[in-house]
Amino acid sequence: MKNVIFAGVGGQGVILASKILMEAAMAAGYDVKESEVHGMAQRGGSVDCHVRYGEKVYSPLIEKGTADFVVCLELLETMRKLEYLKGDGMIIVNREKIDPAPVAAGLEKYPADIEDWLKANVKKHLVLDTKAALKEAGSARALNIVMLGALSNYLEFTEEQWAAAIRALVKEKFVDMNLKAFALGKALKA
Amino acid sequence: MPKKVMLGNEAIARGAWEAGCTVAAAYPGTPSTEILEAIAADYREIYAQWSPNEKVALEVVAGASVAGARSMAAMKHVGLNVAADPLFTFSYTGANGGFVIINADDPGAWSSQNEQDNRHYARAAKVPMIEPTSPAEAKEYTKIAFDISEMFDRPVIVRITTRIAHSQGVVELGERKENTIKPFERNPQKYVMIPAHARPRHRFIEEQMVKLKEFSENSPLNTIEWKSKKRGIIADGVAYQYVKEVCPDDSVLKIGFIWPLPDRVIREFAAGVEELYVVEELDPFIEDYVRAMGIKVTGKELIPLLGELTPEIVDMALNKKKPAADIPAYTSKIPGRPPSLCKGCPHGFVFDVLKRLDVVVNGDIGCYTLAVLPPYSAMHSQGCMGASIGMHTGFEKARPEMAGKSVAVIGDSTFIHSGITPLIDLVYNKGTGTVLILDNRVTAMTGHQENPATGVTLMGEATHELDLELLCKAVGVKRVRKVDPKNVEEFEKTVREELAAREPSVIISSRKCILTK
Repeated sequence: MKNVIFAGVGGQGVILASKILMEAAMAAGYDVKESEVHGMAQRGGSVDCHVRYGEKVYSPLIEKGTADFVVCLELLETMRKLEYLKGDGMIIVNREKIDPAPVAAGLEKYPADIEDWLKANVKKHLVLDTKAALKEAGSARALNIVMLGALSNYLEFTEEQWAAAIRALVKEKFVDMNLKAFALGKALKA
Repeated sequence: MPKKVMLGNEAIARGAWEAGCTVAAAYPGTPSTEILEAIAADYREIYAQWSPNEKVALEVVAGASVAGARSMAAMKHVGLNVAADPLFTFSYTGANGGFVIINADDPGAWSSQNEQDNRHYARAAKVPMIEPTSPAEAKEYTKIAFDISEMFDRPVIVRITTRIAHSQGVVELGERKENTIKPFERNPQKYVMIPAHARPRHRFIEEQMVKLKEFSENSPLNTIEWKSKKRGIIADGVAYQYVKEVCPDDSVLKIGFIWPLPDRVIREFAAGVEELYVVEELDPFIEDYVRAMGIKVTGKELIPLLGELTPEIVDMALNKKKPAADIPAYTSKIPGRPPSLCKGCPHGFVFDVLKRLDVVVNGDIGCYTLAVLPPYSAMHSQGCMGASIGMHTGFEKARPEMAGKSVAVIGDSTFIHSGITPLIDLVYNKGTGTVLILDNRVTAMTGHQENPATGVTLMGEATHELDLELLCKAVGVKRVRKVDPKNVEEFEKTVREELAAREPSVIISSRKCILTK
């Protein structure tokens, strides 16, 4: 059984990333379940998807303390998901900061110590700078796919399975760009 | 058969298609919206429409059923409150073509104004209700619902919750059943509910519910999974999945038939285990029933009444599991990320003005409800769809001195849903209030669905574009003004003038949603 949480801010493409992972997992013969958040939470709020695959999956939600991977498209959102991570689970996070409304309004502060804290307290962590990769891919919207590429180094699916999953879920005219973004994400080093 | 990863709501759309459904209607509402969207996108053999509200949707579907079609309405939990009037009497008139209502509860109120448990509706309206535990079952149960409906001459409710509607899973695809339409016969004794017809129909539906109870007793939707006899757990919906996840060694009775509940199956299960538990979200619906049967059971003593369940809540309650502590706690304050109005949203201009004028705002349901939060903090009442205008009138009747210092604020879709009758009331009963209709020509909050003001149908056809100005004038509002809120100065001047006027007024804040392409 593998448990993966994708988290980010509404509009970052968290749901698409989780769909591509599910597609790859189903094609590899696994049972798959996922739970996501729509509606109110999408208006610039925090968004997460729980993806689980294995021989037989019951709960669509991951139990706290059992996530193998937490993949975050925004730095702060990582901190809301820490309690889901297993002791030897891995955090893969994009270094980008997006100010929440209370920070933008000057009412609260964006914590400055997140990166240092992760390095000190989470054994397996990968804090990524995705700017160059996104520039090379040609679209900032490919962040979800870049992060999926980074995650792919730790999962069992083949390049062909990932490519097929991307083709199945991305609009045809964006397939090449997304395949490139995926490869760039896969090559990213912390 | 081919398999596909599908959202619960997409699986329901697929189930309707496979069942040979030909008419579907809904009003958008999280977490049910994607059902009709998926039908319109992928299953064009089904005629699908957005109705102005859930009551109309249910009536359209009832009409289609009487005409002989397999037909389906979909709505969120509070939508069934709006449609409760037709529900209780269409329960009497029953079905000709399969008559199915998909009803999506929202434990945790992720995107709702309350956490009501709609299982109670099945009992109150005397209609069968079934509840899937996964997307795969959501598809199958939708098909079964059509069969049950025709077999027993009842509307059938398929109850889902957010974690079924908005969770994905592997679904096996089947073929479509063709030629499902049944003959229409004029039958006023069945379809016209004057008292002389309603009384015998009441007897008939009570008899049908007895037959349905027997059906539920033998239905594969209720299944006992024997494991250790030490502890037995009854569960429904997604709670069943959490139980299977965290209590793999316990015996489980999965309840798929929520109403009528299967007494014999429950007794057999209770007799077979040493300790009996019920794990269910929200109200103790099954628990109370089991206890009324005289069976000793533990439920809400351990399982929360509030909010949605999660695997860890069930694990902690039943297995005394401690919260995970492998990763140390992060102690700096994590600022919240509440949803907010989009940058450049027309509603923002409106609330800037209302905040500046410091008026009391009777609000309504839509994106603009977010104005209750900072930076606007400019909404002071809100309850259900369309409530703003009636509450505004009540406010003025209770405190005449507040006339001119308060407004009602309502979106175009919500106004069409249930704001027109309270506007008629305001004029009829000599109110002097000012109503702001925030007209962005779309049902935005639920993800940009068409409505009568959009001029496009769910199936993508051009249609009459409702003229709100003309409508307001027709109900007797003499002061109707249409202003672009981005023109802030003119907008503020308009609000000031209409607040000062001691007669009913409507300001149509006219600007398309910033997300409209």
